[in-house]
Amino acid sequence: MSGEVFEIRWHGRGGQGAKTASELLVKAAIEKGKYIQSLPEFGAERQGAPMQAYSRISSTPILIHTAITHPDMVVVVDETLLKSIPVCEGLSDKGLLLVNSNRSNETIKKDTGCKGHVFTIDATQIAIDEIGKPIPNAPMLGAVARITKLVELDVLKERFKEEFIAKVGEQIANNNLKAIERAYKEVKG
Amino acid sequence: MKRKAVALSGAGASAEAMKQINPDVVAAYPITPQTLIMDTFCEFVADGDVDTEMILAESEHSAMSACVGSSAAGARTMTATAANGLALMWEIVYIAASDRLPIVMNVVNRALSGPINIHCDHSDSMGCRDAGWIQLFSENAQEAYDNTIMAVKIAENKNVLLPVMVCQDGFITSHAVERADILDKKTVQKFIVPFNGGHHPLLNIDKPVTSGPLDFFDYYFEHKRQQIEAMENAKAVIPQVFKEYSKLTGENYDFFEGYRLEDADVAIVVLNSSAGTAKYVVNELREQGRNVGVLKIRVFRPFMQNKIVDMLKHVKALAVLDRSASFGGFGGPVFNEVRSSFHEVYDQKPAIINYIYGLGGRELSVEMIKQVFNELESVKEGKLGERVRYLGVR
Amino acid sequence: MNKNIKDPYQKLKGWKDIPIGGIIEDAGNTRYYNTGDWRTFFPVRDTKKCTNCLICWIYCPEGCIKVKNGKLTGIDMDKCKGCGICAEVCPVKCIQMKKEEAK
Repeated sequence: MSGEVFEIRWHGRGGQGAKTASELLVKAAIEKGKYIQSLPEFGAERQGAPMQAYSRISSTPILIHTAITHPDMVVVVDETLLKSIPVCEGLSDKGLLLVNSNRSNETIKKDTGCKGHVFTIDATQIAIDEIGKPIPNAPMLGAVARITKLVELDVLKERFKEEFIAKVGEQIANNNLKAIERAYKEVKG
Repeated sequence: MKRKAVALSGAGASAEAMKQINPDVVAAYPITPQTLIMDTFCEFVADGDVDTEMILAESEHSAMSACVGSSAAGARTMTATAANGLALMWEIVYIAASDRLPIVMNVVNRALSGPINIHCDHSDSMGCRDAGWIQLFSENAQEAYDNTIMAVKIAENKNVLLPVMVCQDGFITSHAVERADILDKKTVQKFIVPFNGGHHPLLNIDKPVTSGPLDFFDYYFEHKRQQIEAMENAKAVIPQVFKEYSKLTGENYDFFEGYRLEDADVAIVVLNSSAGTAKYVVNELREQGRNVGVLKIRVFRPFMQNKIVDMLKHVKALAVLDRSASFGGFGGPVFNEVRSSFHEVYDQKPAIINYIYGLGGRELSVEMIKQVFNELESVKEGKLGERVRYLGVR
Repeated sequence: MNKNIKDPYQKLKGWKDIPIGGIIEDAGNTRYYNTGDWRTFFPVRDTKKCTNCLICWIYCPEGCIKVKNGKLTGIDMDKCKGCGICAEVCPVKCIQMKKEEAK
């Protein structure tokens, strides 16, 4: 889908925060006066089950309420999904693929057969370093912000803090912010 | 009036509306996908953002029973449910309407079991379309918010005094984060005005009454006739409420919304989120020069048959999309209402067919809607074919 | 129809003339229904034996036992259905149930 709408399809496993990341991204985009939509799609509702989330950011009101079949960008939060889920389905050669991985962009491109431009970020490692847990959604958000320029880094961080400070406390929230910043700087592609 | 653009899920939008309404009592029981509304609202209660007396009932039947007691006492009462929760409270739902209690309930449309399915279809609210509740349907988070606020004013009007259910699609709307432009609490409070307690508040000890008594065959029919009259009155009250609310937002509201319908040859009638997707397809097909349109139903009960005829008369072929089945009936509930509305129109009317779609959360894709518009081309030529068709079933 | 019921509901009204929602505005209108019309047995109390313990007053399901200043003054025969619970629970057995004479 091209034109005024940017569509992102997130692939993750239940419990990794892909749905939350999708929501946070669109919530941050609203600051720019955009129209937004974030839809979760679950299979079996348990931790570890493959799931999708869809983000739409548009300059005009969003009418459609379906899954995204031709994404502008695909984000893979869990590398193991590459083996079982056709993550690149519908992605054109102008599309963007971001994978949470420490492997090279070329390897990923070959593995997935992806036609578009490939980015990688070792979000899991960043998460372990900064947060102490392998929950990669915050650093993935940082990488997406850098690649797409859909949201400002500051706004994203502020939104994140707002959403999570009550849930996880100041310390962990700040650690997540550090992870977002690092991924913003370190994304490869 | 200045509104604020926020990112809210459909459930969050309903909860936000409830927060600004600040009901006296909410009695509820959780069920996916409604739970998100009540979870969010309970946070407001815990944080002291509302003055609501929150009752965590032991089942939906008890929740609605508590709502009936509360509303009969004269308290502004709200709740939320879905699917089998609505089914469990079924007998009390009828009582809430016959006792003429202005309860406002958010129904997050989910398929009725069995088999057990937590995803979206309209079998729950369509299943109780005869219960005597006013039924509003919402395309997105914005409408869930607006409808919930307007519902209070419609319900409490002294010529109506009927409960209102505000419906939105489970998961597709309730769990999807979208942009909603919201008012502030002060404006909402001014709009809904303080609750006058209803027709005979039990807490008025100067005028004691008996509520919910027995009727024999000598008076039951008369009480039902009054309910029918109230629904008729609602047909006049609802536009007034729409007009007043539009002064606050600058938007227009009506029983039905026509989208590129005025010059359409073929059109789709649809409710809730699928209306959005249908509009999207209409835009695409219009670019290819096809005269297609959508009619979205916002108010299903009361059903304004004359108005829908006026809006669809000129269309040559019409597909009514039902997200629920009426087993053993001829097509789905919406199809029947629309078709029957045209019964006495002889001069000019569309050929009408029915599509059952989306049961149990089966997605209504852009391709399926295009298929409908394509099939309508043959219907337009007089080849009616199967009157009841299916989208997306294997 | 019971001939003892007071007028308001004797003539049937139309749907526009009755309160909505099934509300009965004359709260407690069961006082117009004399439920004593169809009993078979009726209670007779020996006032000399009666200790005014008021246990019969507590148990009577119709509230027929009349009490003033802590003492029994009588039994409301318009409402008494002759169920015999008062006779059953009386600790000094001062209440006897007698058969109604045909009228």
